[in-house]
Amino acid sequence: MQFFGGSEISPSPPVPTGSGNHAHMMYVFNRNGVCLLYREWNRPLRTLNAQQDHKLMFGLLFSLKSFTAKMDPTSVEKMNLGVPQLPGQGCSFHSFRTNSYKLSFMETPSGIKIILVTHPKTGDLRESLKHIYNLYVEYVVKNPLYSPGTPIRCELFNTALDQYVKTV
Amino acid sequence: MAAIYSLFIINKSGGLIFYKDYGSSGRMDTNDSLRLASLWHSMHAISQQLSPVVGCSGIELLEADNFDLHCFQSLTGSKFFVVCEPGTQHMEGILKIIYELYTDYVLKNPFYEMEMPIRCELFDINLLQAIQKDRVALLGR
Repeated sequence: MQFFGGSEISPSPPVPTGSGNHAHMMYVFNRNGVCLLYREWNRPLRTLNAQQDHKLMFGLLFSLKSFTAKMDPTSVEKMNLGVPQLPGQGCSFHSFRTNSYKLSFMETPSGIKIILVTHPKTGDLRESLKHIYNLYVEYVVKNPLYSPGTPIRCELFNTALDQYVKTV
Repeated sequence: MAAIYSLFIINKSGGLIFYKDYGSSGRMDTNDSLRLASLWHSMHAISQQLSPVVGCSGIELLEADNFDLHCFQSLTGSKFFVVCEPGTQHMEGILKIIYELYTDYVLKNPFYEMEMPIRCELFDINLLQAIQKDRVALLGR
């Protein structure tokens, strides 16, 4: 029996728009700086080889985190600059924007870092990163064949990710 | 209430040439401000390397949990950045005004040596006026 004449019972996922893909690439690092996942959708410019690129990205995030923790104008007690901080400790950043791209960053309590690089005009992506983290939990952490700390090779995760990123 | 927490000016090689605090809590000594300035200089450069498309000119806005940082780079490579409350608008305009004050009162000062720390009384006075004017405008809104 149908109520209200609606034909759809379950809400359908948002329809991906054809030109809606504003994402350039995505990185996932664990707390040791190992790049678990690198995905790229639209990257015309590569200045470094993949390994160097991942190292540079992790280094930039590490430095930016200690920079924001030290710069924080609202806290009275601040650690010395460069002292490694635990996830969630001190003031952290969630995005930065240049004239050509925007980088959104999220760190989970376990030290997993999710980085999404998009078009500079995209808005706040904190909720999207949380959703991506949920996908990670569902498709990677709950995968019995995945051992933590190794690069992610899960077909389902990749397809779910590609589909979701199209809607961002 | 402080809309702007602090202002940094760094020269083209990453040295801090001007730093002014407008009421951030916690102590930041001279060494810390120098270190933060040169750290920002290098992160600005690294962000250009990591760009997925050509023509990147470095970080313009950094959004942290407790503050926003707006950065403006002049054509000669000096960087001006302000630390302000999260979500503060019109910071690009204020950075442009500060840059104009810098060109008028620092660069046109015959006693100022390029790339050296800024000690110009007129610059200080006019900067304070500009920042206060902004604060009044913010309160009026």
